Amino acid sequence: MPFHTHRLLNGLQIIGETIPSARSAAVGFFVKTGSRDESADVAGVSHFLEHMLFKGTPRRSALDVNLDFDRIGANYNAYTSEENTVYYAAVLPEFLPAVVDILADILRPSLRTEDFDTEKQVILEEIKMYEDAPGSMAWDHAKRIYFADHPLGNTILGSMESVSALTRDQMKAYYDRRYVAPNIVVTAAGNFDWPAFVKLIDGACGHWPTGTVGRDHLRETVGAGGVHAIAKENTTQQNVLVLSSGPPAESPLRYAASVLTMAVGDDTGSRLYWELVDPGLVESAGCGTDTSQGCGMTATSFSCDPEQGAENLAIVQRILADVQRDGITAEELTQAKNKVASRIVRGAERPMGRLRSIAASWIYCDEYSDVDQEMARFDAVDLAAIRSYLDKYPIDAATVVGYGPLAKLG
Amino acid sequence: MAEQQIFRHTLSNGMTLLAERMDHVRSATMYLLVPAGFTHDPADRPGTATVLSEMLIRGAGDRDSKELSLALDNLGTDRNESVGPFNIVLSAGTLARNLPAILDLYADVVRRPHLPDDELEPVQNLALEDILGLEDSPQEKVILELKSRYYPPPLNRNRYGTVEGIQALTPAAIRQYYGDRFRASGAILSVAGAVDWPALKVQAERLFGDWPGGATPEPAPVAHVPKSAHIQKDTQQTQIALAFPSAPFSDPDYYAARGAVGVLSGGMSARLFTEVREKRGLCYSVYASHDTVKDRGTVIGYSGTRTDRAQQTLDVMVGEFKRLKDGITTDEVDRVRAALKTSLVMQQESTSARAGSMASDWFYLNRVRTVEEVQAAIDGLTPAKILAHLERFPVRDLTVVTLGPDALTVPV
Repeated sequence: MPFHTHRLLNGLQIIGETIPSARSAAVGFFVKTGSRDESADVAGVSHFLEHMLFKGTPRRSALDVNLDFDRIGANYNAYTSEENTVYYAAVLPEFLPAVVDILADILRPSLRTEDFDTEKQVILEEIKMYEDAPGSMAWDHAKRIYFADHPLGNTILGSMESVSALTRDQMKAYYDRRYVAPNIVVTAAGNFDWPAFVKLIDGACGHWPTGTVGRDHLRETVGAGGVHAIAKENTTQQNVLVLSSGPPAESPLRYAASVLTMAVGDDTGSRLYWELVDPGLVESAGCGTDTSQGCGMTATSFSCDPEQGAENLAIVQRILADVQRDGITAEELTQAKNKVASRIVRGAERPMGRLRSIAASWIYCDEYSDVDQEMARFDAVDLAAIRSYLDKYPIDAATVVGYGPLAKLG
Repeated sequence: MAEQQIFRHTLSNGMTLLAERMDHVRSATMYLLVPAGFTHDPADRPGTATVLSEMLIRGAGDRDSKELSLALDNLGTDRNESVGPFNIVLSAGTLARNLPAILDLYADVVRRPHLPDDELEPVQNLALEDILGLEDSPQEKVILELKSRYYPPPLNRNRYGTVEGIQALTPAAIRQYYGDRFRASGAILSVAGAVDWPALKVQAERLFGDWPGGATPEPAPVAHVPKSAHIQKDTQQTQIALAFPSAPFSDPDYYAARGAVGVLSGGMSARLFTEVREKRGLCYSVYASHDTVKDRGTVIGYSGTRTDRAQQTLDVMVGEFKRLKDGITTDEVDRVRAALKTSLVMQQESTSARAGSMASDWFYLNRVRTVEEVQAAIDGLTPAKILAHLERFPVRDLTVVTLGPDALTVPV
């Protein structure tokens, strides 16, 4: 599939993969900023700012932003992670110019105080919503404990206190520093014309300020270690996370990591499935890698009746120790690779699937790979690669965090 | 846009085979619907369908549970077993070249499952864990509590069943339910993607042609008066859910009903999001959705908000529902149509969306709608049609269920 790149004079990066058979086109503005780039006094600002981008510009009121997206029937939204804030939309091909006009406009927001005050209430509601969702709270606590003083442990939403105290001017200062052209990658995938797209982006974003922006504290961590139980009233299920180190997003070992964690903890046919889900010991269990720039993490998790929490944790720890010592079998390797291949092909059949994939590849590795190259890299993972992966990132060297009724994990 | 390639074949035992060939993809997805959903659960054993759906994949044909799982995984199968009100739905997506092998396996799953005695207890435990887990998911819980009070039996049940119902299950009860419900008549196999229709038809005849037909009919809903309620729970947010009648999928007014919901909740510029969240900052999540079963449609409204602002949130929501009949602008309807058109076109990019949509068309309408037909219905949507629909289905007699620290007053 044809891939294209172009960099504007102000440093803004444009990439795109054209898929002529697609019925739609997806566009995303990937801003390389998130909760790991926040200091404690502005905790939650990246995510709050993401909301504020929908609250209007000099050309559009908040209602106009929503109206203009809806008039072209766009599927649009935004999300904030530890290190990226992404604004995206999928549209029918004829609406690509219109959606670029809206997205580029909202990336230059007014940040009006009145809107800021109203939206702050929405963010506080979002925080309260997650407080009623123990599964999410467990993750926030686990990351905070595992990462300790590493900024990847920052929560994305911030706290009731930090968001309440945040001012519009603090947000504006953060915005001015982080939303500069060289920190943004504009990505398109699907049915669109590349030269016309570059022209659109140049017209809409060519005048954006440039600047130097980076990221502090790029280092790996092996986690805080230990077993931590956070007792929480009014919860029913026990959530347990077992966290260990993993490869950074730019590491070639990420392919081995995906295959290994699929063999250990995929929804079907994995070790966790056979030992915990199949015998009915848990509500759910899983294993995956969470890769970030310069630092990764492997997370094994389960939720269950608190009465079985300690026994289940012992089972998980035994599985992880077995894997660390003996790796996985050739059969497990083949099975995991077959699943990966099918998921890549199916995910790539929609422009939105390709959008995320090519943007991640470019942001972290400065490279492009098409669907077949991506599959070939997974196919190349062999048992030796799994072994060297485990030697570098031991899966059983873990930090254990429980969240739920139990005050003690065994 | 190229002409759609939709195929249909009825087997002599009453099973329906549907397929759409999509030239631009390398994958394929199958949906297999068997009329054994949770409304068929025996009255004293709610949860039977869910337990059976999990038992089905624990060994079938020549393979035990592990061998079957391994065979599916080696074919790269993205699979799912789900239980709806009327059907147990088995879906599987994969590379198109693996589809025939997957169909062979699923024929074993639905026709020759082992349903081993010793797997029942673990599956019961999983089902009980899921019921416990609902207590930690207030958003899902409030919708289930709403439906249990709004719908007549047996539509008021849900896929989770009850603790007592699941504990009462025996291997014999599971086998009896399987024997009664797993029949060819009413079963639907729907496939979309890079499929070879002549070969698929031959294979389906071979796998399912001698499957006996004749399942028992759908249970008829009984007379029922919906009830509002408050459920006490010490949570940070109060959950609000409401329901009132609308037109079902099979009704000529269906797109008008979808239009009314779209004006309220179609995009971020729609009325509920604008009034409740954007202007007043009352919540993070607020929406209306349309729920359909064969003989009736329902509009569901939802929001979750901090307790001290919950009454205001409910008042504003109900106000917006009631205000609909006072007028709808052309611009609002144009936005609803644009969103419906986008999702219609994008469905053509997804083999699972197409396979699922064809199966549900057949289940509810006994035919498969073409893109042209749906497009024409969307194009024909006007404010006048939506207002006429609202005269037929006025917003009144709301059933409201709340979950949180304090009860609310339902505005009249």
